[in-house]
Formats: sequence, structure tokens, C-alpha cells
Amino acid sequence: MDEKEVEVKAPGPDSQAGPACPDDKPKENLIPVFIYGKRFFVPESFTIITAMEYVGFQFKKAIGCREGFCGACATIYRLEGDYKLRTGLACQTVVEPNMYLVQIPFTPAVKAIYDIAQLKPDISAIQRYYPEMFRCVACNTCTKACPQEIEVMDYIQEIKRGDLAKAADLSFDCIMCGLCAVRCPAEMVQYNIALLARRLTGRYLLPRSTHLEERLTELKKGKFDKTVEELMGLSPDELTKRYTERDLDFKVF
Amino acid sequence: MSGYPEYMQASLEKVKATRPARLEKARKGREVVKTMTLAEREEVLSNFHPDYQPDARKPIRIGPNKGEEMTARVVDLLESYPSIDPDRFDLTRSDYDTDILIIGGGGGGCMAAIQVANAGLNSVLATKLRVGDSNSMMSQGGMQAAVNPHDSPAIHYLDAMGGGHFDNKPELVEALTMDGPMIAGYLEELGVMWDKDSEARLMTAAGGGTSRRRMLSCRDYTGAEIQRVLRDEVKNHPDKITIVEYSPAVELLLDDKGEAAGALLYNMETEEYIVVRARSVIMSTGGYGRLHIKGFATTNHYGATADGLVMAYHAGAKLLYMDSVQFHPTGAVYPEQILGFLITEKVRGLGGQPVNKEGELFVFPLEPRDVEAASFIRESTKRGLGIETPAGRVGVWLDSPLIDLLSGPGTIQTALPAMVRQFKRFGIDITEEPMLVYPTLHYQNGGIEINTDTETTLPGLYAAGEVSGGVHGRNRLMGNSVLDYNVFGYRAGHAAVQRAKALSGRKVKLSLDHVRAFRAELEDAGIPETSHAPILIPEYRNPEVLKKHRKNYDPFIGRFL
Repeated sequence: MDEKEVEVKAPGPDSQAGPACPDDKPKENLIPVFIYGKRFFVPESFTIITAMEYVGFQFKKAIGCREGFCGACATIYRLEGDYKLRTGLACQTVVEPNMYLVQIPFTPAVKAIYDIAQLKPDISAIQRYYPEMFRCVACNTCTKACPQEIEVMDYIQEIKRGDLAKAADLSFDCIMCGLCAVRCPAEMVQYNIALLARRLTGRYLLPRSTHLEERLTELKKGKFDKTVEELMGLSPDELTKRYTERDLDFKVF
Repeated sequence: MSGYPEYMQASLEKVKATRPARLEKARKGREVVKTMTLAEREEVLSNFHPDYQPDARKPIRIGPNKGEEMTARVVDLLESYPSIDPDRFDLTRSDYDTDILIIGGGGGGCMAAIQVANAGLNSVLATKLRVGDSNSMMSQGGMQAAVNPHDSPAIHYLDAMGGGHFDNKPELVEALTMDGPMIAGYLEELGVMWDKDSEARLMTAAGGGTSRRRMLSCRDYTGAEIQRVLRDEVKNHPDKITIVEYSPAVELLLDDKGEAAGALLYNMETEEYIVVRARSVIMSTGGYGRLHIKGFATTNHYGATADGLVMAYHAGAKLLYMDSVQFHPTGAVYPEQILGFLITEKVRGLGGQPVNKEGELFVFPLEPRDVEAASFIRESTKRGLGIETPAGRVGVWLDSPLIDLLSGPGTIQTALPAMVRQFKRFGIDITEEPMLVYPTLHYQNGGIEINTDTETTLPGLYAAGEVSGGVHGRNRLMGNSVLDYNVFGYRAGHAAVQRAKALSGRKVKLSLDHVRAFRAELEDAGIPETSHAPILIPEYRNPEVLKKHRKNYDPFIGRFL
């Protein structure tokens, strides 16, 4: 079918004008989905969020960036005829026929309270704050649940081995939606454990940039004060001239 | 297999055909196409930028900026009636008594809250959704900070001023650029994982309008990485920072001297109002993308509804440069499900090029954002060289595969994992095929006027981040917003602490008289009561469903009256 002929146009996440009422439109373009157990008909190309808005939901939670970066719209669903509980982000998942879905606005999981400056960048920090991690049975359910396709179980194993930097790297694209923790039979909070591993890595394990140190010393000594002050004192014409005549230099170092 | 419909294939072939020659040129030097002169910039802006259209602006009839021209949609919002009735509240009792109230839980608010906690003071961090749910979380490309040896805060200063059409407040730009390296180091101390090369140097990329590589990054999750670390740090101070989620502020509360002394929050779950009393108030509510100015799609967070602007204006704070809107050149325009999604400027920083239907590179890829966006609009409209989508929209190609050809296979996957994932979900492999893009509503260039201590014209009220105005003039450069909320969030925290300490022990009477006065001013100006603000939540429900709602539904405040 030529897509141009589709009558029910997807409004996208940002369109002000939603499409027409489902009752007025040919049913071919609409599919049934079950939202919190109740059946609605929605356009088949919509994401879960736009589909819910289409049928009249207004979000006051379980909504965020709508672009897959914030993890606010974690969703659990099942497809008809299947026993499996699937996971996804409502803003990134296109509806499927007879999808049974529920949203998880946040996960009431434990987050340790710590002073990052007082910790050592090794397994002792994790042992102290998240000892339940060592109950991991390596079932890989977390990895299967991750809407970001992160190898969650692998980074947990890396932490167990004491390689926090590797875990930080593997977990980097985590948006902390909580779905791994919700599904975990060992009841650990993978995403908070990974966050601690990343913070320890960023602060202690990654090498400090010498350039940055030098620049901070220069700033302390007031190296740029005069130049900036001079620029601030220029007339609009002089400043424009300096701007247009500035050199472009894109070398790396 | 191509992720694009059959009818686009001919154009895609042309992009492929011109790629080797474009690659050759890109390898040789930086100016793949000549950059525009200031006169050429002016020409494309005045003819094609949405801000320059005759109906884009109108004068505001009330409030501290009365008579000034502003973006028309912003005027409509600021000329809306307050959403609460001041007579209904007993302000002699407060639900929270704290040193500092921080409104907005994005990057700026979190940064400020950490400073307040470190100074030993208490704060209430009130936010509409969850802490961290913000535009800060969504920024992808990077944060500018002049850390390279051949770069300097002075060059950064010049770039920012020129990019902002020299309208920026110089002392704010000085603060921004001089604090940049300090902030980079501060975030590193908190555990932010900056991208570094094999020699431990911070990796830097160019951005639109920068004359050096200055963009520090965390892959293309820069904002997410910074925000999740800041949020974690906020949550590490439960004894000092009281987080109040799902409770946006709806009006400021002033004391008997007319200074900011708290706010009225609205608990969206129980629909009750909450009175917060504080000695200083920090406004960090972010921008206004969800107003969909001129019908544009937006890259912004669901909560970006300009609540802070409205509240501050009701209370008498002056705004700056509310006549200027930033349209990001590269919003996704296909597939329809990701319409308006931000495609980071880093794609062009790494060598991606905008090309038209015929496969021609038609503009220098890294002009300042407004110029680049206006050029895309010119190419798609007047020149007719855009690519039409099945939904009837139009866009230009953003040739991403070029990046791997320039810097080696795997570069895109490593540097732009979020972009790769985003498009893969809808069947497009951006390492093989270009993306289809069109300008999208991205940033509020102006805002509440501040000084270098983030003080607004309303004593007691501080503002940091996108809600504030003056730092970016009339056009912000890439990577300066992430730096902005960090620098000024940090400064706001410290400045608010000073005031709170000075006022320690003072008991004040809270008042909503300014809301009564604002209403009176609206009535005197003969403005009819057809809308209310702040709107808090954008309206995306199917209008056909709303027609069947029980009556007295107010679409402007999204609630039943």
C-alpha cells in the first residue's frame, strides 16, 4: 500500500493536532491494544505513548524526554498467545496487535548513600553498598530485559571480577529505566550498581587530563584575565572585526 | 537493505555518487564549502529563519517588559491569566520551611542543590516529574570548555559573542567561558566519564560557530552522563536536600518587602497545593520547546512548558531576548515516529554533511545554528531541493556514512551509539545510509535576565540554565547550554546561600498579592480571560476524545475547572 494514502496520519510525538477519533476511521488502520487491561483501538504505526494519547490519556508520570534518553517510560507488556513478559520504552516501542501493557513510572529500588570522595575504586565499594550483587545467578534475565540492549549480566560479572572500568564501559548507555532490577531474580539493582562503578571510574580510574590541569593552573594565575577584559571593552564594531578575522584552527592538539 | 521507501532511492543514489568527491575534499581541509560572510548570514536569516517572518513577534501589553516585542506564542502565554485564585490559600502556614527553594530538577537545579548542601544549608528541590527528567538529560553532543593548549577562554568568548550576534551580556559570557575548565574538572571529580584519547587527553570536537575543537563529550550521552551523576549526588544528601517530585511550582510567593520567599507547588497526583517558605529561591525550570512555536516539532522534554518564565513574570522579574527562538538544524523528519528527535550536531562535528536531493553539499556544515537552520529551510522551500516524506513533510539528507569513511570504520558506532540505536529501532542503519533532517524547535535563547551571580531583577530570585537570558544573546552555540546550566547552577547555589545566611532568622509574611496585581493589569489592558498559565503539561490528547469530555475542561491548564 502506498503510504501516502494512509488516512490516519501519525501525529508524531510533537504534533499538536492529533488524528481523528477512532470511531470515524476505517478499522483497517487501527489495531487493538490493552492498556492497563482495557482494550482500545490505535493506529498501527504509533508508539505506545502516542497511541495512549490518541485514545485520550494525558501523561502526568511515566513520561519524559520522548526520545529514549531518560528512562521514565519503562513499560512491561505481553503479546496475545505468548506467556513471555516483554519490556520496552513506551516512547520507542511501536504498538503491536493485542499488546497488553502497563507502565512502570519508577522503580522503588534501593540506592546507596555514599561520599564518592571517601571510596576506593575497587570491589570493596560495591561489597559495602550492594552486597546482594554477589547473589547473581547469571541467568541473563537482566540483559534480555534491557531496552538499550546493554549486556547487563556481563557488566555485573566484570564488577564481580573487580574490573570496574570494564563494567563502566559496558554499562555506559544505561538510561536507568529500572527494568533490569524489576526482572532480576537475585533482587539486585543493576543500574545503581553500574552508576557507582561509572562514578568511581570517572573519578579515580580514568587518567586525569594534563591539559586540563595546566589550564586550571593558568586560570588561577590569571593568564586570560587581561585578554578577556580587553575583548569586553571593545566597541561593537571592533568586536565584530575581531570576530570575523579570527582564525579557524581545528587541529586536535 | 534500505530503510527508506522506493521513491527516495534515486536521490539516495545521487548522495552515494557524490560522496567520494566530498570525502576527498573533507580529507584535504576544513572548508568543504566556503563559510558565509556576515552579510550572507543576514541574507539567509532574514529570508528564511522563522524568527524573521512578519507574524513571528508582537509587543507584550503587560508586565515588566511591557511594550517590547517578543515571540508571539510567548506573548500569548505571558498574557494568560494566573491559574490559581490567590484568595483560596492560607499562607500563614507552610508545608515546608527551608533555607533555599530550588524549582526544577534538571541539571541547573541539581548543580545548585549540591552547592547548597555542601555549604551546610537545607533546600527543597521541587520538580514537575522526577529529578533529572529534563532537557539536560537529553543533550547529546557535548559541553564547550576551552581546555586545549591552542584554545583559550578568550577565543571561546569571541565565538560565543559572534554566535549570539553580539547581543550576549559580556560579563555573563566571561563567567561562562572562564568557568568552563573549572566545571570540566568539577564534574570529573564527581565521576563524570569524559571521553579521553589514548594519551589521556580530553577529546574535543568542533561545533557550529566554534573556531576551535572545544566540545568535551561522553559519547553521545553527554547530558545523560552528567545529569545521572548530578542526580546521584543530589540523592546522596538526603539530610540536606528534600526532593519533592511530581509537584511543579505554579506561582512564586513574595514577602512583605516584595522579595521572593517561596512558592506554591501543585501536587499533580493528589491535586493539592503545597506552600514552601524559603529565604532564597532558585528558578531552574528550563525552556519552552513544548509550546511548539510556529507549529514546529521539538527536541524538548515533555516538561518544557516555560513555567518558570510565567511565574517570574507574574512576580515582576524582567525578561531578556524573548524575541529569539533557536531551531536546531537537524531534527529527524523520517521516520514519522521519531519526528523532531534531536540529531546531535556532533554528527556534523565528526564530518557528516548536509546534502540536498541532488546529492550536493549546499552549506558549510558548521555555520552557527540559526544560519544552518535557515539554509536548510531555503534548500527545502525556495530552491525545491528537499526530499519529501510519505507524510508530506520535507527535509534534507545528513550524510552520516561519511564519518566512517573519514575516520575509520566503527567511528559512528563508538561516537554516536545513541543515534545508531535510535534509527536502528526503525530499520535505518546510519553507518550505511544518511538521515533525513529538518530544523526543529530546540532552545529558548532568552529568558529571565540575570547578572553573574544569577540574581534576577526580583530580589531573592535567582535563575540558572535555559530559563535565564543574556548568556547566549540571540543564538546559542552548541555545547554552551550544558556549560551554562553547570556554571550558573553552581553560581546560583553559592549566591542563594549567601542571601539565605544573611537573612537567617528573619520571619516573613508570605503573599500572593503580585498575582492579584497581575490579574488586575490584564483586566485593565482589556485582555480577555481565555487562557491560563503556567500550563505545566502539554496537550497531546486526541481532540476528538476531548470533545466527548465532561464540560468545563480547560485545555490551557490541562485540567477540569
